[in-house]
Amino acid sequence: MKDLLITFLKPYWKQVTLTVGLLLVQAISNLYLPSLNADIINNGVAKSDIGYIIKTGGFMLIVTLLLAACAIASSYFSSKISMSFGRDMRRAIFHKVETFSQADLDRFGPPSLITRNTNDVQQMQMLVLLGLNLMVMAPLMCIGGVIMALRQDVVLSSSIIVIIPVMAVAVWFILIKATPLFRSIQVKIDRVNQIMREKLMGVRVIRAFVRNDYEAKRFDEANRDLTTTTLRVNRIIALAIPSLMVIMNMSAVAIIWFGGHRIDSGAMPIGNLTAFLTYIMEIMISIMLAMGMFVMVPRAEASAERIEEVLNTEPSIKDPATPTEPHKTRGIVEFCDVEFSYPGAEESVLRDISFITTPGKTTAIIGSTGCGKSTLVNLIPRFYDVTGGSIKIDGVDIRDMRLRNLRDRIGLVPQKAFLFSGTIADNLRYGNENATDEELWHALEVAQAKDFVMEIPGQLHAPVEQGGVNFSGGQRQRLAIARALVKKPEIYVFDDSFSALDFKTDAQLRLALKKETVHSTMIIVAQRVSTIMDADQIITLNDDGTIAGIGTHNQLMETCAVYRDIVYSQLSEEEVA
Amino acid sequence: MRINNSQNSNNMRTQPQRQHGGFGGGRVAAMPAEKAKDFRGTLKRLIAYLKPQAMPLLLVVVFTILSVTFTILAPRIIGEATNELFGGIMGKQLPAGITKDQAIAELKANGQDQLAEMISAMDVTPGKGVDFNALLRILSVLVAVYLLAAFFQWLQQYTMAGVAQNTVYRLRRDVDGKLARLPLKYYDNHPHGDILSRVTNDVDNIAHTLQQSITQIVHAIAVVVGVLIMMFSISPLLSCISLVIIPLSLLVTMFVIRRSQKYFIAQWDSTGALNGHIEESFTGHNIIEVFNQQDKTIERFDKENERVYEASFKAQFISSIIRPAINFLNNVNYVVICIVGGIHVATGLITLGGVQAFIQYSRQFTQPVVQVASIVNILQSTIASAERVFELLDEEEERPDTENPIMLENVKGHVKFEHVYFSYTLDKPLIEDMNLNVHPGQTVAIVGPTGAGKTTLVNLLMRFYEIDRGRITIDGVDIRDMRRDDLRKIFGMVLQDTWLFNGTIRDNIAYGREGATDEEIIAAARAAYVDHFVRTLPQGYDTVLGEDASNISQGQKQLLTIARAFLANPKILILDEATSSVDTRTEMLIQKAMAKLRKGRTSFVIAHRLSTIRDADIILVMDKGRIIEQGNHEELMAARGFYYDLYMSQFLSPVSADVV
Repeated sequence: MKDLLITFLKPYWKQVTLTVGLLLVQAISNLYLPSLNADIINNGVAKSDIGYIIKTGGFMLIVTLLLAACAIASSYFSSKISMSFGRDMRRAIFHKVETFSQADLDRFGPPSLITRNTNDVQQMQMLVLLGLNLMVMAPLMCIGGVIMALRQDVVLSSSIIVIIPVMAVAVWFILIKATPLFRSIQVKIDRVNQIMREKLMGVRVIRAFVRNDYEAKRFDEANRDLTTTTLRVNRIIALAIPSLMVIMNMSAVAIIWFGGHRIDSGAMPIGNLTAFLTYIMEIMISIMLAMGMFVMVPRAEASAERIEEVLNTEPSIKDPATPTEPHKTRGIVEFCDVEFSYPGAEESVLRDISFITTPGKTTAIIGSTGCGKSTLVNLIPRFYDVTGGSIKIDGVDIRDMRLRNLRDRIGLVPQKAFLFSGTIADNLRYGNENATDEELWHALEVAQAKDFVMEIPGQLHAPVEQGGVNFSGGQRQRLAIARALVKKPEIYVFDDSFSALDFKTDAQLRLALKKETVHSTMIIVAQRVSTIMDADQIITLNDDGTIAGIGTHNQLMETCAVYRDIVYSQLSEEEVA
Repeated sequence: MRINNSQNSNNMRTQPQRQHGGFGGGRVAAMPAEKAKDFRGTLKRLIAYLKPQAMPLLLVVVFTILSVTFTILAPRIIGEATNELFGGIMGKQLPAGITKDQAIAELKANGQDQLAEMISAMDVTPGKGVDFNALLRILSVLVAVYLLAAFFQWLQQYTMAGVAQNTVYRLRRDVDGKLARLPLKYYDNHPHGDILSRVTNDVDNIAHTLQQSITQIVHAIAVVVGVLIMMFSISPLLSCISLVIIPLSLLVTMFVIRRSQKYFIAQWDSTGALNGHIEESFTGHNIIEVFNQQDKTIERFDKENERVYEASFKAQFISSIIRPAINFLNNVNYVVICIVGGIHVATGLITLGGVQAFIQYSRQFTQPVVQVASIVNILQSTIASAERVFELLDEEEERPDTENPIMLENVKGHVKFEHVYFSYTLDKPLIEDMNLNVHPGQTVAIVGPTGAGKTTLVNLLMRFYEIDRGRITIDGVDIRDMRRDDLRKIFGMVLQDTWLFNGTIRDNIAYGREGATDEEIIAAARAAYVDHFVRTLPQGYDTVLGEDASNISQGQKQLLTIARAFLANPKILILDEATSSVDTRTEMLIQKAMAKLRKGRTSFVIAHRLSTIRDADIILVMDKGRIIEQGNHEELMAARGFYYDLYMSQFLSPVSADVV
């Protein structure tokens, strides 16, 4: 955590120094005020010296004003520093993740990375903000308070030796006890929320099976459990504040008692007692705040670790040092003995994969779930690098090509049609900023999406919400296909992109696509045999990631048992013919 | 990609977190509050909701008043202690052996009029020092007062915890009960996220306010009243002075809060936008890569990030002004009171201890005032939450079951639609004059393009929705003449979106029928061809399915739901064939299991497999929510209509299309 703090606070070291300076001034003024109070009482009020009161009071107001000015200035800087710190850290993480390959990203998983980029940074930012106030202020006030107390009366100050440890232990004890208690509540809340979520999702099933009573009981149990736990915890926590107040107040009573003796013996002026009490309170409050800070530290430390993990990850896929580009770009994709296994996995997902695709031809990949179809096509744009063999495009190993150039040539339609927030046009132009409206409409028409886009108010300028949730699965898929078409790449990769479409749309789309992509290489991953029956070559994968057979539908029907199985599971016999 | 997107968008809709700061009470308070539509009405209703807790709530008020009273007495007692000490010192300075009056007279003679007046107001014995017995008595009282204050504060918190939790428990229970009585229409028309947030976030928000803010308000009011009484009892003049200065704190707070609100709103908005951008960039990482959009993504991030920075810096800074400003006002108050108080002590109008006590009181005065200003904000958002919860509780419920329900015995499964009219919204008629006669044991295949409204029929059969006209009968009995529960027990349902809950596989299958034995459960699993798979799992039937059951495949899930339907042993079936994401072998198992399940039962199948469709006794062709064709395969093919197109498109490949 230290390194992280140093790295990201360094650009602001001047402001940090300034803030600490301002806090120092504040601490001194804060500590000085009670002694001015004491003076007013000792020399002014007690001696009935109005002139003195006015003079000292005036001075006190000036100090107060200074204090307010410093406090505002320091919170200006601490806000600025901590928010800049958060901004810079967020930026660093995000920029880093953008250089990641899919494999790097998978290592963390998107949800975790999102948390790291948002909540974890927030934690650190909070620590800096509070740190710039409390962490500096609390020790300053504590030490200063002790010094000032000593100045008021050395003998009475010995009480501090008892008060500080008692206070510290009490606060520590409460915090240690409270944290797991609150966590136990959170667990129960999560449980209630989870049941509720299940009930909402499954409302049809619950009603269909007439299980309302059972569900009501299930929820009631969780609800009751949450209530009892929260009640118990809150009742324990209810003790915390009163206990701390008792400690503080009893300290004050003791000080008045012992101070009284000092005053009576003439060892201490009476005004000093009030000042002394104020200092003791300051000391105790700063201990409470400091202890509160310490609770934050482990949490921030965990966040820091998670952030550092991201920042220290070197992207596994980078541009080659000396990029080579093919002489002629046609779009011939060649797999040579490709082997691939996910990082850390014992078994490889794909083995001995060799095939070649040519422009104008369609290559289909079929096989059962989990056999590595998607993995195979993900190797082409180098989301992952092969672990054996090589993939060549137009004769050049893709690892020797510049990433940007490689990807420029590929139009990918992923399994989960992912749309970005913005407008339909924004999404379609994702691969080609300069596409005209006519080109967009054309792509939509090919993708069988023209009709529904025409019907939406705003048409091309209709908004797409995050994740494309305002479109149905089939609509999203068609938009994603149109997006790839607008890019006009040499190589199209369709990763199970027709699954949400009904037969008719599927067929029409493929028909239109065929005309559109006469000169392109087509690679299609599919579940439905009907989608790929007419492909120029069908690559059938075994469950273990090897090739079971390559050929046309008719060839494979004769030679490949795996393919036959798949076909028969989906079509009746006459349909196969 | 191996992450579950849908789960993501639910959970990761990363809302900016509320910043609970340790510094400055104004921060949380300065958050923008949503406004309730009917603040008064909802508040009244919320209070009414607290009624069963009236007694303990009254106790909370009593405890708070007691605690505050004792807290407020303390400075006064400390003042007495100071007086005692001060008197002791003054006494020591006077020669011993004379009376107080003599001493005063002597001082006056020496021209020390002021001192004389001061002493006359004090309890002084010339020549004698501090009376420690008296001091001990005062301090003993002080200890008792402090302890009592703490004790009652604890009691108040303790009791309030009960009030808050019991109320929230009831609220959750009522909401849950309500959800069970709402028609499905409500669920279909409201996003689940919205309903969920009412039941969870809004209820939690109310719970928190009940636990924290209510006691704070009661406390604050008690303190303000108590302090005012004490201040006036010490010195009406000083009180008037303080009353000029203190309201300024309130004004400052209000002013700052109002100012910072717009920045807090900006902070929320921009943080939401930034988090959204992060979320979609990370989940769509490979799309960004393959479209080479990294630079643009980063550019947009930087812009959003800068906006977050601007807004949060301003919000943070402006709201942090409250504290120093109020401190300053407090100190001004202090000095003014010292000056005026000093003059009065000198003239003997007030004691030194009195001034000190007064100063302490006036310091206690500002805090609750500022606090109330902040709570008003919190209260606003709580009322908005309560309003949303009450809105849910007020939703129209399902039409109650008929009073004299008919209970069908030995259901044969003869389903008839007679002149049925139905629409989801009045102005858009969907089903008009539909007639359908399904004999026991027949299979009805429902086909049509995506989004053709195939679930509508399911909704009507199960009476999730009410038809507008006509009637649906089972074995001749109108389904509206049956209890919904009895009707639904006749049906078994296997939907494509397989719903399994967080529990063991055994419990999930057993969901089909209450009180099923282990043998029956296993028999059902066997019938659904899932027994073998379950036994390969380390924990077998005791395997706990995680949330969204992510630890088993989609195909296995569907088999489990089939097992569930087997166990329920319904007379009529509703099946939804999977479209995709199922591997070949499981697909075959599912087909086989479904066929077995259908045997001897009237079945409605939302069909995607041509083989199923062709074998069906009746095919219903749907498009745009309407039933457009009806008949068996041969009839529909002969009609050369929509079905014919749909069926032929299966074989419509680019190659063959060119040939034809």
